[in-house]
Amino acid sequence: MNNYCIETEKLSLWYGDFQALIDVSVKIREGEITSLIGPSGCGKTTLLRCFNRVNERYGNVTTKGEIQILGKNIYDPDVSLLELRKTVGMVFQRPNPLPISVYDNILFGIRIHSQFRSLTRSQSDEIVEEALTSVFLWDDLKDKLKTKATSLQLEQQQKLCIARLLPLKPKVILMDEPCSALDAKGTQAVEELMSILEGSYTFLIVTHNMAQARRVSKECIYMFLGELIEHKDTQTLFESPEHEKTADYVQMRYG
Amino acid sequence: MEINTEISPELMFTESSIGKQNRYIENGVKIFFLIMTCLMILPLLLIVGYLIYKAFPVLSFEFLFTNPKDNMRAGGVWAPFLGTIYLVVVSLMVAAPIGVFAAVYLNEYARENWFTRIVNLAVVNLAGVPSIVHALFGVGAFVLFAGLGESILAASLTLAIMTLPVIIASTKEALNAVPMSFREACWNLGATRWQTIRRIVLPNSISGILTGVILQVSRAAGETAPIMFTGAVFYKAIAEGNVFAYNITDQCMALSLHLYTISTQVPDVSDVIPYGTAIVLVGSVLFVNAAAICVRVYLRTRKKW
Repeated sequence: MNNYCIETEKLSLWYGDFQALIDVSVKIREGEITSLIGPSGCGKTTLLRCFNRVNERYGNVTTKGEIQILGKNIYDPDVSLLELRKTVGMVFQRPNPLPISVYDNILFGIRIHSQFRSLTRSQSDEIVEEALTSVFLWDDLKDKLKTKATSLQLEQQQKLCIARLLPLKPKVILMDEPCSALDAKGTQAVEELMSILEGSYTFLIVTHNMAQARRVSKECIYMFLGELIEHKDTQTLFESPEHEKTADYVQMRYG
Repeated sequence: MEINTEISPELMFTESSIGKQNRYIENGVKIFFLIMTCLMILPLLLIVGYLIYKAFPVLSFEFLFTNPKDNMRAGGVWAPFLGTIYLVVVSLMVAAPIGVFAAVYLNEYARENWFTRIVNLAVVNLAGVPSIVHALFGVGAFVLFAGLGESILAASLTLAIMTLPVIIASTKEALNAVPMSFREACWNLGATRWQTIRRIVLPNSISGILTGVILQVSRAAGETAPIMFTGAVFYKAIAEGNVFAYNITDQCMALSLHLYTISTQVPDVSDVIPYGTAIVLVGSVLFVNAAAICVRVYLRTRKKW
């Protein structure tokens, strides 16, 4: 468990003229949950979106520095963005299941990455059952596979969004405030799910909820105005932060 | 004004003078808007009602399926009716694919830069160009330069140029209505833009796109100016009842131009014929629009969010 999964070296990013990330160097451990905290607009989401290079779809983005994922520089010319995004999945703030059935949602990723109609019916069924089982939705949804995913409860939708990534066998799952649209019960369910899946996947979670960061993550990163201020194991960061800015934030003196 | 803090419980919820004033304004405004709505519907009903009333004696299938006769003082509207169908169908066959795919490019692929800004500006402005200007362009570009002569093809291409910007604009709007989060979800699963468009964006915007395209039918069918120098003629007899009676290199009659000529250019035409022609024109447009509504309703029941 001591390998690093994601390593960045002096990573800077600009949206047009605005510099959103300033020389961020970070090492994230494989198979653990790392949380990213900091006030709004500090670059947490931007950093997250760097790791599958989806930032580039939003236009007018310049990046400098290096990002290695599992030892491979993702800016190398032989890196296929589509393969990268398969390996590095993302879960969003608002659950965003696609407006198709639960079944098709789970298979969406694997279908776009395989030959047309190359999956047999029984393979598909198996993939769906396995993915839904690993997020504990199978019992709830096994009779509702044909219903539209957008009509599920929010909590189920968010779990489905996690399940949707699994058939692609991702190594990293990025989560951008995955619980902020959920109620307390939903939040608890997603957190439990994360701790069960921890080990099989590397999680990086952006959160505004500091209690959540403390509950779920082994390590915690505090960012402020595009800079990485402090990166420690979660307990140390919350109990004896080194930097004054971190202390202000974690003790809610920020503002 | 002073707020009275000590009100007896019985009077607590009775209407104050301000409340009364607000209630009057509320009712007044509501009635005003209702009147405006009626004023909008009224002309439509009056026009259609008046047309039907005036054209009633001549309305029959025979009117639709016979050519004009006796210097257009008798007979029906077969040749112009079929001509209009040809013009509309050919122009949409050209304009719809170009317009829809261009809109997909502009909305889904193109990045915001000076080029796309110019294109968008051009689209908006082209939509506002008067149809007679399109007619002049059609004469220059298709009839003379491309050597198509005055023909259904040249007239249809002119109509296509005219409808294109509106199709682009309405398609872009339909595509824009698909939430960004669906695209994000696809991209983050490693979908290409085309996979995203094909599997998610188009299925969820197709009803809006079709509506926009079909609404252009009525515009193409109703315009006189763009076709009168590029392919529509005063009179041309064709085989009655044969839907393949025109060749696209032929000239043709068209309902809008026919209506204009029999109302203003031919003396002693009995009233019922122009009114009958108008009914056929309005009726076919309403029919197509009704079909569009049905398609839309059907697709919306399948809409997925």
